[in-house]
Amino acid sequence: MKKIAIVGYAQNKILASAGALNEVELIMPVVHKIFNNLGISQKEIDFTCSGSCDYLQGAAFAFVEGLSAIQTNPPIKESHVEMDAAWALYESMLKIQMGDADTALIYGFGKSSPGDLDSIISLQMDPYYISPLWPDRISLAALQAQVLLNNNIINKDEIMHAVIESRNNGLNNLNALIQTSITEDEYQKDLVLSSPLRALDCPPISDGASAMIIASEDKAFNFSSNPIWIKGIDHRIETSNLGARNLSSSPSIKSAMKSLDIENTAFDIAEIHTQFSHEYPFLRKLLNLENVPINLSGGPLVGNVMMAAGLDAIGKVYEQLSTNSYKRGLAHATSGPCLQHNMLVSLEKNS
Amino acid sequence: MTKQETLKLQAPFELSYDYKRSSGPIMSKFFEALSKKKILGTKNASGKVFVPAAEFDPNTNEALTEFVEVESTGIIESWSWVANPKPHHLIQSAFAFVLIKFNGADTSMLHMVSECAESDLAKGVKVKPVWSSDPKEMILDIKYFVLEK
Repeated sequence: MKKIAIVGYAQNKILASAGALNEVELIMPVVHKIFNNLGISQKEIDFTCSGSCDYLQGAAFAFVEGLSAIQTNPPIKESHVEMDAAWALYESMLKIQMGDADTALIYGFGKSSPGDLDSIISLQMDPYYISPLWPDRISLAALQAQVLLNNNIINKDEIMHAVIESRNNGLNNLNALIQTSITEDEYQKDLVLSSPLRALDCPPISDGASAMIIASEDKAFNFSSNPIWIKGIDHRIETSNLGARNLSSSPSIKSAMKSLDIENTAFDIAEIHTQFSHEYPFLRKLLNLENVPINLSGGPLVGNVMMAAGLDAIGKVYEQLSTNSYKRGLAHATSGPCLQHNMLVSLEKNS
Repeated sequence: MTKQETLKLQAPFELSYDYKRSSGPIMSKFFEALSKKKILGTKNASGKVFVPAAEFDPNTNEALTEFVEVESTGIIESWSWVANPKPHHLIQSAFAFVLIKFNGADTSMLHMVSECAESDLAKGVKVKPVWSSDPKEMILDIKYFVLEK
């Protein structure tokens, strides 16, 4: 297997509403930023892969328009995933392992503000048994929260502290959408949307874009003197049959941990794609991260760009390893209802 | 109005799925039975019963073809109380999304519970379906569930 490293990452400041800016106008600044940071252009990129969701734009093949943000002449090799851009990273890694590329540009973008995200996400579910019931994303997450509470895997105090901690960490993140802390009292008075979840337990509607560049060992040092190595990446999916899943655990995360052999790895830092507060204590325990600083960026609760937030978790670990003394980091990305898909990325820098 | 304007070509633009979706050999049987107020599941080789009827077992990957009828009553496995429904919700007064395990089934089905208070809901509470008076062989042939008293 080739060694592959992250050599650059950039993120737009997350907005509650990008207004009249279209997706191209969201992507272009962040792609230019990452190119300028590295002093390169599209010519140095062998493979380009994006992650987005056509449902958000309400048109089939809407992602194709996103390509207007990058230079595609002379023709480029490119692809797209109808998923979070963390999965575009996964595809790019496969492309490099296959020997088809040595460098890849990955970008993810999402604009949730124009539509009603709750009803849009309902339409992405199983069209036979689930979608006709119009379950919103918050109520589905709440079903898992209730299972975790009933089984004493997490408690309500841990959920509240996940929100408070996330808000406090977000104060240090210049790109965060929400940059205010909250008190226990404010949390307790907050409106319950779908029990047991309050509005504060849910991620804010966010618009934005992020980009990342990865390179094989042969090329990595051309871009950066301090590449951060992707030591392992693993992606597992659970069934779309929601009622057949064991929501009190996560077989997909457990098998990903086993496959990466990280059950006993001491990570210095982690960013986990926990969009709802109850997922934070649940995954912290499951991933053996109880003594590890998690989501120093504030995580999805202070800014959750659909289709970029998973890539952002990986990008934030990259930034922490690049700029701090941390050596080993873990990133997590998810997709689907109740943590159906899970990806783990283990990152490491040379000592 | 000038003559030129009346010659403009016009066509309606209605955003919709203008086709019917086939539900396949397994789910169509489930929906046919549902329209007759019966609940069908599928059974794997070791006897585990999936309700609603599943086409395959996600753990063993075996195709499921053996049907079994289960009771139309069941218990709540999990719930989420929606105090203020949004416009897209089908019930416009406070209700709950629930995972229901039918008596005789080993897996749960997502649906809704209405006509009760939030404090009535707990794991294990018994529920029964309220049937639609106009069945269409779809999941909403059960309008919602109510508490079985």
